Amino acid sequence: MSFIIAFIWSFVLWLVLTAGTRGMLWSAEELIAGIIFASIVAFSTRNIIGEKTTRFLNPLRWFGFVVYAMGPLFWGMVKANLDVAYRVITGKIKPGIVKVPVDLENDAQYTILSNSITLTPGTLTIDACPEEKALYVHWIHVTEEEPKTSEIVAGSFEKWARRLGK
Amino acid sequence: MIFSEFFYGMIGVALAGFVTLARVMLGPSVPDRVVGVDTLNTLIVAGMILLGAAYDRVIYIDIAIVYALLSYIGTLIIAKYLQEGLE
Amino acid sequence: MIEIIIYAFLAVSVTFNILGSLSLHRFSDVYTRLHGATKCTTFGTIFVVFAVVLHSIWQLRETNNPKYLQMALHSIVALIALMLTNPTGAHAIAKAAHLSGYKPAKAVIDAYERKIRGEAQ
Repeated sequence: MSFIIAFIWSFVLWLVLTAGTRGMLWSAEELIAGIIFASIVAFSTRNIIGEKTTRFLNPLRWFGFVVYAMGPLFWGMVKANLDVAYRVITGKIKPGIVKVPVDLENDAQYTILSNSITLTPGTLTIDACPEEKALYVHWIHVTEEEPKTSEIVAGSFEKWARRLGK
Repeated sequence: MIFSEFFYGMIGVALAGFVTLARVMLGPSVPDRVVGVDTLNTLIVAGMILLGAAYDRVIYIDIAIVYALLSYIGTLIIAKYLQEGLE
Repeated sequence: MIEIIIYAFLAVSVTFNILGSLSLHRFSDVYTRLHGATKCTTFGTIFVVFAVVLHSIWQLRETNNPKYLQMALHSIVALIALMLTNPTGAHAIAKAAHLSGYKPAKAVIDAYERKIRGEAQ
């Protein structure tokens, strides 16, 4: 099963990188070479990938990722950059490292949430502790020293991460 | 055929690269220099994409993809070395 | 018309790239420098890729040359690689700097320090 997943992903990446070799589509040689190379990659990584990655084959989930990247994440990045610009010009900072409790289940959700936190206003993830259910976040302008939820740091991203990584 | 608008963008990115390079040279501690090098890697990827569009060559953008992935591995190795030393 | 939009995207990207590199000199310790560097350069590169994609779609309509389709697709792949790896690299540097003993300057609270010392005792 993990062979098939790895094969599909490497073949899709090959198709994206070699589009336009005959007209706007693919020539037969490129397709055959892609099948051979994708088989080699899938055979050599079949023990590393694992069974749980089946859930990332669901096209609805990929649609969710695209909506998330275009909507809330991009808007968060715009706000983050205006915030950093303001702080570079005025130099008004009040830094600190706070512990933020989160309610997530698996590693994919932690990865999505901490990467989103790093790209959004005023915060930078330093460490994730799944056993404590907490993230340690460097905050450039601390307003609350011991937050009870992730609402004040991450806004709505925790809900998105829970839905996307399920 | 050369597209000049991307050259002007490239000049700006190169200026940012020189400012970052000053931090890499001045930086008082090792993590400061690592932050500078990480920033410089991102700027080089942006510059390669701009030059690829300016010179009309797709191969520069392919090199940018490979450079992004490899420089990430380099950053991770330096971070691991800072954390506990290479064993 | 489309050239004006490309110039606007490039101006935004150059502004934020220069701001990100200036933030390395403006702030005083590793963590606050990482804030400026990571966010601003990632945002700048996003707008570089927008400009290149817009330019190549326009050239594809004018010349019908598949080279421009490749240019758009490959820049999007480079952007995805950069957006996945950049925050992870920043996290690795921040954690390594903290564990090797560089404390945040002028911090009002340091919960991570408390956790490490609690484990050591």
